[in-house]
Amino acid sequence: MDPIIHMLDLVFQYKKDDLTPEEPAVDHVTLRIERGSFTAIIGRNGSGKSTLAKNINGLLIPTEGTVYVKGLDTADPDRIWEIRQTAGMVFQNPDNQLVSSIVEDDVAFGPENLGVEPGEIRKRVDESLYAVNMYEERKKAPHLLSGGQKQRVAIAGVVAMRPECIIFDEPTAMLDPHGRREVMCIIRKLHREGITIVLITHFMEEAAEAERVIIMDKGKVMMDGSPREVFARTEEIRSLDLDVPFTVDLAERLRSRGFPVPDGIIEEEEMADFLCQYKSRT
Amino acid sequence: MSIQVKNLTHIYSEGMPYQTIALEDNSFEIADGSFVGIIGHTGSGKSTLIQHLNGLLKPNSGTILVDGLDITDASVSLRDIRQRIGLVFQYPEYQLFEETVEKDVAFGPQNLGLPEDLIGERVREALHLVGLSYEDVGQRSPFDLSGGEKRRVAIAGVIAMRPKVLILDEPTAGLDPKAHKDILNLIERVHREENNTIILVSHNMGDIAALSEKVLVMHKGRMVMEGTPGEVFKKAELLLGMGLELPPAAGFMELLKQRGINLENMPLTIEEAVEEITVWTGNN
Repeated sequence: MDPIIHMLDLVFQYKKDDLTPEEPAVDHVTLRIERGSFTAIIGRNGSGKSTLAKNINGLLIPTEGTVYVKGLDTADPDRIWEIRQTAGMVFQNPDNQLVSSIVEDDVAFGPENLGVEPGEIRKRVDESLYAVNMYEERKKAPHLLSGGQKQRVAIAGVVAMRPECIIFDEPTAMLDPHGRREVMCIIRKLHREGITIVLITHFMEEAAEAERVIIMDKGKVMMDGSPREVFARTEEIRSLDLDVPFTVDLAERLRSRGFPVPDGIIEEEEMADFLCQYKSRT
Repeated sequence: MSIQVKNLTHIYSEGMPYQTIALEDNSFEIADGSFVGIIGHTGSGKSTLIQHLNGLLKPNSGTILVDGLDITDASVSLRDIRQRIGLVFQYPEYQLFEETVEKDVAFGPQNLGLPEDLIGERVREALHLVGLSYEDVGQRSPFDLSGGEKRRVAIAGVIAMRPKVLILDEPTAGLDPKAHKDILNLIERVHREENNTIILVSHNMGDIAALSEKVLVMHKGRMVMEGTPGEVFKKAELLLGMGLELPPAAGFMELLKQRGINLENMPLTIEEAVEEITVWTGNN
C-alpha cells in the first residue's frame, strides 16, 4: 500500500536576507510514513524537526524534492485543502491555537471552514470532544481550562476535520506532568483508532512509546528504527545532545557494573523483571 | 539573606462570588544561602506564593520577613525588595524587549539607579555567569538567538541586579535536553559564585531532588510538607495522592516495591539507584 506520507529527497531552505549561504533546515530527507503508524521524531532545537513537520501539510513548500500526502503533491496549490484535511497539525502552545470563546465553537471552526453542513458539524464536534474527554466542558470558555485541557480542545479541533494523520509538534512541552499524561493518553487512543501519528517531542519517555523513532540532526535523518533499536545506540544519541529514557540509562550503568542486562530493555517493567530473575539466580 | 514567612494568607477576589483562597496560613523559613525546591500540582499556590516573595502580590494577612525587613509593609519600596529578591518568571524570554542583548540585561540595573560604568560591568558579569560572552552577543538582537540562549539572556537580566535571593519558576520548561542541562548548570554556578539563596519551582522531580537542600510541598494553598529531598520523596504515596510525580529513580524503586523488593534507601538519582541495586543483589 502507498504510504500516507512520502518525502522524496526533501530539501527546505529558509530565505535569508543576508548573502551568507545558510545550511538548509531540512537536507535531502527521504521518508515513508505508513498508514496507521506511530512515529516519534526527536532532535535538538534547530535540528529541522518542526520544519520537516510543516512540510508535511503544506505550511511550507519544499525548496527541492517532493512531499506526497496520500499521493497528493503538497506543492500543488489546488490540492492544499485536501492535504490539510488529511494531515492535521497540533502545535506546542494551546493558547495560540484556540480562536473562540466557547469550547464547542472552537472545535466547530475547522469543519465550518470546510463547508460541512450544520447537522454533520454538530455530530463531529460532539464526537471529537468525546474523543479527547472534553465533552463535559463543551460550554466553557477555553481560558478557564488547564493547559492540558486546552491542548485537548486544540486536538479535538483537528480531529473534527477527520484527518487520517495528525502531526503533533511538541504538544506537551508547555504542560505540567498531569497535562502531559492527559495529552499522551489521547494520542495513544487516536492511534488505536487508526489515525497515523507523527509526534515531535523532547521527552524521550514519550518517544519510547512510539512504534518508530526518527532522530534528526542538522536537517538530516541520523537514526530511524524501533525505540529499542534507536535507544540502544546511547553514545551516538548523547553525542547529538539528546537523552535516553531512564530505563535505558539505568541498564547501561548496571551493565558497566557487570550486570548481564539484556539488550533492548526500554520499559521499567522489563527492567524490574530482569532484576527479579537476576536476584533469584544469585 | 533569610526569609521568614508567617501565617501568610492570600485570597483572590475576596468578597466576590469567585472568591478563592490561594494561600492559607503558611509559615516557613528559608535559610540564607540555601537551595530550596518548591513543588506542587498546578493550582496548588506555588506561583501565588513566589509572587508574594518579591512584592508583586500583597497578602491578606501574614508577614514576610526578608533579613528582618517586613516586605508586606506598605512603607517598604518595591525597589528595595527587587534589589534583594529577583524573580525569573516562566518563559522569561517572552519578556525580552530591547534592541540589543546588552540593553536588555542593563534594564534592571538601570532601574536600580546604578552609575553607568557599574551597569556595564554588571551586564558583562551576568552574561558571563549564564555562559554567554558579551563580545559575541552583546550587540546582537535578543530575538536572533536560539530559544535556550534567549532564556539565558532573560535570566542574566535578573542576575545583573545581584539579588540575594533568586527565584526561578520552571526555568527549564519547553527546552530541549541540552538546553535543559545548560540552564541547570548555570543555576548551580550562580548559586556557587554569588553565594545567594535559590528558590527553584519545578515539576521536574529529578531536578528538584538532585539540586535542592530542602523541598517545600504545596497542596491546595497550604505547605503540607517540608524536608530534605530524601525525607520528602520517601513519602511517595502521599505525593502521588496529590497528583505529583517522583524523581525517575524513586519512581522505579516504587515499582520494585510493588513486586516485594524493598531496597535499603530510597534513591533520588540514577547513581544512587545503581548503588542500591548493587547492594540489594549482593553484586559488589
